[in-house]
Amino acid sequence: MQGFIKYILGFVFFVALQVLILNNLQFSGFINPFVYIIMVMLLPFETPRWLLLVASFFLGLTIDFFSNTPGMHASATVLIGYLRPFVLKSISPRDGYDTGTLPRIKYYGLNWFIKYVIIITLIHHSFLLFVEVFRFSSFFFTLGRIFLSSIFSIFLIIGSQYFIYKR
Amino acid sequence: MNNLIRFIFKHYVTILFILLEALSFFLLVQNNKYQRTSILNTGYEISGFVYSKYNEVAEYFSLRQENQKLAEENASLRNQLFNSYKTDTFFVQKIYDTLHKQQYIYKTAKVVHNSTDQQNNYIIIDKGLKHGITPDMAVISSNGVVGIVKDVTENFASVISLLNSNVKISAKIKRNSYFGSVSWEGSNYKKAAFNEIPVHIKIQKKDTVITSGYSTIFPEGIMIGRIEDFSFKGGDNFYQIQLDLSTDFKGLNYVYVVYNLMKEEKIPILKNIQKESKTGKNK
Repeated sequence: MQGFIKYILGFVFFVALQVLILNNLQFSGFINPFVYIIMVMLLPFETPRWLLLVASFFLGLTIDFFSNTPGMHASATVLIGYLRPFVLKSISPRDGYDTGTLPRIKYYGLNWFIKYVIIITLIHHSFLLFVEVFRFSSFFFTLGRIFLSSIFSIFLIIGSQYFIYKR
Repeated sequence: MNNLIRFIFKHYVTILFILLEALSFFLLVQNNKYQRTSILNTGYEISGFVYSKYNEVAEYFSLRQENQKLAEENASLRNQLFNSYKTDTFFVQKIYDTLHKQQYIYKTAKVVHNSTDQQNNYIIIDKGLKHGITPDMAVISSNGVVGIVKDVTENFASVISLLNSNVKISAKIKRNSYFGSVSWEGSNYKKAAFNEIPVHIKIQKKDTVITSGYSTIFPEGIMIGRIEDFSFKGGDNFYQIQLDLSTDFKGLNYVYVVYNLMKEEKIPILKNIQKESKTGKNK
């Protein structure tokens, strides 16, 4: 129960951070970090897959309401919610994940966590930014946006681990 | 039947995934077709409320610039007042003016949400149905064109910003009245493209571009920007013109919503023209 409340608070915090601060930042024209997807990454290993999908959908939809883009963030977030178990499987340590542990740095090390964050972030950003521009023909421009935004998101997500989930 | 149930049980996660994805894209497409469901409107009411609370705080940080802007606008309005001109004669004639009728009504509104870094940008203002705002009204700021009202709820309205790939605004060069259209190219919030000016027309850098008044939305003569650069490729009939937008979309705070009182009169005429040019019944 306590864990549940922690995730709800995390949800509110990261959504507020995203819509009130990060969406208003603009580094050099087109970089926009999306840090809220951290909430999908941090859910426990044992989360049922349907719950993962539904939680992802509502997370994306909430961001959508605030950024005036119904469906856009939701679709990208549902995708990473669906792919998360496969990603976790592909980068699992030799003897699998222990019960009672969470996907955090302190359990599986920084190297593992960076790998995890990079894969999920790239999937999410690629999907999101291509859905956003699908009327535009500028492919390499979008690729640049994906690349730069991902770098910022990855730094912020890993950095946040040291500030917020220190314990 | 048994097999089907077994199949659904085995793949229920993937099926749920596809359903949610489909729902997301459904919302996305709906949004592009300018139709929202009521649930989206409630979403906007809530996000509008949160943003207006957030803005009440954030407003204080831009108070100085805002005052400056208002003072400048006051000064320019004062310059247009009658009593800033000197009359040389003693005769003052009073006439009942039937020549000038009011065509446009201006209402002020405050921006509660704004974005400039998306490909399709929207603005939310704190006036809605209650205050007489309806879709397709023009929105301008003291510096120039801002956008067009899209959806209206009880207390809020969303505005399609000029910084949106779906918007095209009819515009003309102030100096010689040649007209074209202004649209946004999707990268820089200070720049826009001005198209459909044929190459035989002489244009200069720094030429002012204003709204043409040909549509039923914007009044004539609202500033859009200045020509920053232009070029044309060999074989092209039209210039490629880059505009420097006069409105500072990043610093938008208070805007005016413009209502055209003669819109209803103009629309049937425009429709008639379109119909006749389609059937080719021109006399």
